[in-house]
Amino acid sequence: MNPAWSVILLTTLVGAAQGLFLMLYGAELAGYAGSGGTGPGFFALGGVIAFVLGVAALGASFFHLGRPERAWRAAAMWRTSWLSREVIVLPAFLAGTFFWAVGHWTGAAWTQPLGAATVIAALALYLCTAMIYASIRFIQEWASAWTIVNYTLIGLASGATLAAALAGARAPALVPAFAALALGLTVLATATRAVALVRNARLAPRSTLQTAIGIRHPQIRQRAMGFMGGSFNTREFFHGRGPGTLRWVRWVMLAAGFAFPAALLALVLAAEGRAVTNQWLLALALMVQGGGLLAERWYFFAQARHPQNLYYQAVS
Amino acid sequence: MTQLALVIDLNVCVGCHACVTSCKQWNTSGAAGPLVDDNPYGADPSGTFFNRVQTFEVGEFPNTQTVHFPKSCLHCEDPPCVPVCPTGASYKRASDGIVLVDYDKCIGCKYCAWACPYGARELDEERKVMSKCTLCVDRIESTTLPVAERRPACVMACPTNARLFGDVHDPASEVSVAIRERAGYALMPEWNTRPANHYLPRRRTEGKVHAEDLQRTDNPLKVDGQQPAALPHGPGREDFAT
Repeated sequence: MNPAWSVILLTTLVGAAQGLFLMLYGAELAGYAGSGGTGPGFFALGGVIAFVLGVAALGASFFHLGRPERAWRAAAMWRTSWLSREVIVLPAFLAGTFFWAVGHWTGAAWTQPLGAATVIAALALYLCTAMIYASIRFIQEWASAWTIVNYTLIGLASGATLAAALAGARAPALVPAFAALALGLTVLATATRAVALVRNARLAPRSTLQTAIGIRHPQIRQRAMGFMGGSFNTREFFHGRGPGTLRWVRWVMLAAGFAFPAALLALVLAAEGRAVTNQWLLALALMVQGGGLLAERWYFFAQARHPQNLYYQAVS
Repeated sequence: MTQLALVIDLNVCVGCHACVTSCKQWNTSGAAGPLVDDNPYGADPSGTFFNRVQTFEVGEFPNTQTVHFPKSCLHCEDPPCVPVCPTGASYKRASDGIVLVDYDKCIGCKYCAWACPYGARELDEERKVMSKCTLCVDRIESTTLPVAERRPACVMACPTNARLFGDVHDPASEVSVAIRERAGYALMPEWNTRPANHYLPRRRTEGKVHAEDLQRTDNPLKVDGQQPAALPHGPGREDFAT
């Protein structure tokens, strides 16, 4: 597939927003809200950041639409379409996060039950976003439970890193817990993403030129795709770059998205107590991981081989 | 239940692209607005087409066959593009099985194109909605066209009659008989999309020449009274016909 920046930003940012909210809500349940260590307004600030990230993701998604003014129609087919389900769950998650932040700002008593409902929305949103891709059965790189596992774990890991960086700046008491969670989730996500990489490297395409045109002969070559200019079919389904670029992006994603932030988080945990250093280390970990996970999402799309490309192999 | 479809005879398609141009001509002139032609005379032209003819070479030289392969929407009986549509703009008509896009509901998210293994859908870069073959629904339902012309434009245009049109659920229809008797097949059966459009395979045509047929005893020259010399092997297979 040809990766679209709108969708890369949408899935990466909203995944981190969900992760951040889940970390903050976990800290609230653990009793950190209002205690001396967090400082006033930490949860409200975190909730607002999760909300803003989610709104930015929603805004990015509009750039993927040909007719954004009709986007409201996309909630209609929730019975059959995972995209429609995402369109319903995403605003629900954003609304829950927003009012949870408002509740913390005003000191309301209902933040815990509202947060519980928002947790359900956040987890459902991971499922909806991943199933948009995992449900397309003939894009074999995507059609796997690992897509769901990776979307969830990568979102949680980046959200935890964001929560740790935020705690480094505003609530040092929460740094050890958040940094440990971020490290654990990043290591776990590395493992599951690696499994998906190995799985995809071993895939044998079920569709071949033989099944595509229905001629059972071992030697078939396309001589003409029927036109010499471009078309939607030649633009949308292939990234247009060589295998070298893909290898390069894969190393960037493994290093920047997973290995380097994990090392930084381990460093922070080892140097516990040095608040000033840790604050900058966590900010660095967040920025590196953010860039690396954008590369991860680019690779996720670029690696997917759409069977329609079988029909567009030779210009003439 | 009716399921309208095309049956494409690869044995007689000569790859002339008349179906491509007639499709473009009819569908760019319809009520839904023109199919974009971006930069048509420039270095990198692009545009929306519902139908393409591709060419494949099968075998290794010198034992090759050139197969011209027209490809348009296959109007699957279980279309994967329909359930993924978030707005309901993509739908399959219950009355005749045509897969259509409601251009007024489409938001141009391209998800249906991702969900089509055949690449049958194209986003129109000018109208910003997904577009696809309609089986010329505005021709076949027309009340003003002569009855004989209420068929898809590509079928009307084909000079070798390689495109048959009809109801594949009616066992007595021309298309059903062709599929049944000439081993009509569907594309990418591995995904269980059950395409309604079928393709008829190439057929081996052999001419067998027997040595004794090359010289005939009842040569027409006898009309002139100039009988040729008797053949060394006697009468051949096709002698005695007159």
